Amino acid sequence: MPGNIQSIERAAAILRLLSGRTRRLGVVDLAGELGLPKGTVHGLLRTLQHVGFVEQDADSGKYQLGAALLHMGSSYLDGNELRTRALNWSDSLATRSGEAVRIGILHETQVLIVHHVFRPDDSLQTLEVGTLLPAHATAVGKVLLAHNPYLATELLKDDLQAYTAATITDPERLERELRRVRAQGWAADIGELVPGQVAYAAPIVDRRGLTVGAMGIFGPPERLLAARQPRGELLVMVREGARSVSRELGAIPW
Amino acid sequence: MATMVKNYVAAVDQGTGSSRCLIFDGSARLVALAQKEHRQIFPRPGWVENDPEEIWRNVEQVVQTALDDVRLEVSDLVALGIANQRESTIVWERDSGRPVHNMISWQDTRTDQLVREIAGSAGPDRFRERCGLPLATYFSGPKLSWLLDRLPGLRARAQTGDVLFGTMDSWLIWRLTGRHLTDVTNASRTLLMNLGTLDWDQTLLDAMGVPRAMLPEIRPSSEVYGEVRGGPLRGVSVAAALGDQQAALFGQGCFSPGEAKCTYGTGSFLLFNTGARPVMSSSGLLTTPACRVGDEPPTYALEGSIAVTGALVQWFRDNLTLIGSAPEIETLARSVQDNGGCYFVPAFSGLFAPHWRSDARGVIAGLTGYITKGHLARAVLEATAWQTREVVEAMNADAQMSLSMLRVDGGMTANNLLMQFLADVLDVPVVRPLVAETVSLGAAYAAGLAVGFWPDTEALRANWHKAAEWLPKMDPELRARGYRKWRKAVARTMDWLDDDDEE
Repeated sequence: MPGNIQSIERAAAILRLLSGRTRRLGVVDLAGELGLPKGTVHGLLRTLQHVGFVEQDADSGKYQLGAALLHMGSSYLDGNELRTRALNWSDSLATRSGEAVRIGILHETQVLIVHHVFRPDDSLQTLEVGTLLPAHATAVGKVLLAHNPYLATELLKDDLQAYTAATITDPERLERELRRVRAQGWAADIGELVPGQVAYAAPIVDRRGLTVGAMGIFGPPERLLAARQPRGELLVMVREGARSVSRELGAIPW
Repeated sequence: MATMVKNYVAAVDQGTGSSRCLIFDGSARLVALAQKEHRQIFPRPGWVENDPEEIWRNVEQVVQTALDDVRLEVSDLVALGIANQRESTIVWERDSGRPVHNMISWQDTRTDQLVREIAGSAGPDRFRERCGLPLATYFSGPKLSWLLDRLPGLRARAQTGDVLFGTMDSWLIWRLTGRHLTDVTNASRTLLMNLGTLDWDQTLLDAMGVPRAMLPEIRPSSEVYGEVRGGPLRGVSVAAALGDQQAALFGQGCFSPGEAKCTYGTGSFLLFNTGARPVMSSSGLLTTPACRVGDEPPTYALEGSIAVTGALVQWFRDNLTLIGSAPEIETLARSVQDNGGCYFVPAFSGLFAPHWRSDARGVIAGLTGYITKGHLARAVLEATAWQTREVVEAMNADAQMSLSMLRVDGGMTANNLLMQFLADVLDVPVVRPLVAETVSLGAAYAAGLAVGFWPDTEALRANWHKAAEWLPKMDPELRARGYRKWRKAVARTMDWLDDDDEE
């Protein structure tokens, strides 16, 4: 039997330390704990970051366990379970906003619609549950990509397809957009998938702090935009709705 | 924010496990919800009781909490409506207002022997023509009879009207307004009310030994019963009472003949509005008033209950442990294309409507080496749809109308696969409304109508919106073949129990 591979052992030791009480450690802390040169630890961290097993906190520069690793450790949230838990809040969002509601989860690099509430105006509408939508051209998709850097990278390996003139097809622009979505806590799609359709979405977070889905509304610009900008009161409803679902899933109340 | 206009209706949903208060605005939007559970008391196997004083305290508390949560005052409410668990039985002293015994829950089976004695050689359908119900332990009459027989001196005090009987609606209205009354839908579940006259029936009272002096006056479901006399709700008009399933029918906007709703929970309740006439069922469905609004003539409904629907999914989760949570059954069921020829008839304690066979027990039919857990999950979900189809067919035959759309509510409506399959096997659209709280909404509607907050049922229809709709898309041949197989599976459940089985 060949000997153990030293770099994997060292990487595992880093992950163990990051899963400990402090959770966020800098290169110096880790190097000290492991008794290794800073340069070696930094190299290991860069590789772990690349595969999504660790993430670097933008403000402090410290490292923490990455989403990809957390996804592996616990089964992802079943879409049918998410719909059941979200039912009251999605109905409430449709009632308050007067618009159709949808909830999506990532299915590889696309968005799978797991729940759809009709716009409450009794017009003819068809249930969209089970539909796959392109992630980069939808508000729900952009929220999910913004919180899943690994899949965002995967998506950017191929050309981004244009669905309308407004679809973001430039990879750098999409990366900027995802950073913005992550920072502001919501995403908008203004005619990027279907001309004349506007959508907003906000993240649904579970008790581990992972973004497991996104909930939002969609409708015509005449109702969803004011002076070509997202209407603040609708954004508030979407974000509150998504927060309520997150609370239902056991995310820390905030 | 101070306002001069009263803009809200409160509904109290007093249920088997908890008491809830929901507050709705003029567009029937839910603005507040508060809930409190109460103790279940099990003095002996098969006996289930609750403390009526505890429930009363909880009701007062949840209304106050709901108001506080959204910073409303009692003066912001135009009215309060009650929807309640049906059949549960309370007797209290007129003077002190104190219950003489715990409430006997509808689930309690202590009257099993008594019910058989009352039925005698005529069998359980002895009074069906009179009251629309078979003799069974659920209903209030036998429970009241048991109390009158067992508590020393109670019958004498009942004859003088010193003690009063009521179902949950009566108990709450008494405590709120000081008046002793009940509504037609609740009275219809006592086995003591005549369906034709909508009044207490002397033959039924005699059969169960119940003195008329202890009974509440039977009033419409939507009418101002009185104002709250004291406590935190002082001054609010109590303006509606309905049994929970009838409230759900009303809350679903099923105001016209031919409209029906089914509430999918552990078990399921399908109510079908038959209009101004009570329809007697030839397949053992219950005949019941649906609602009576003020002086208008009452509307009636046929009611079919399905004992095991969500309970089968729970059984699949807890006893077979093939899934970790109930919603996961959809994921498992979607792992296969169809049921693989497998059918699951959950006759766990016999077959109910429309078969009524207590000698039946559950079967899984059509098993082959090909069947996987995915096929079993499909069969579990499909069982709910096929059982609904059997009840709908019986109703269509009894009412000589055919269902054109089924309105659904309850937890299982989150299951898309099931809802689509339901539309497929019923061959009618299945529609989920935006306001899922149909029981409370029905009570709020009835109360709002009584005080003129809403002018009429047409105005209420405008509040009803589809949240989702599933259209039938199954090949008719496939539907017919599936139903044929289901019926063959049902046939295989019968004649299972033998005389020497210990049950």
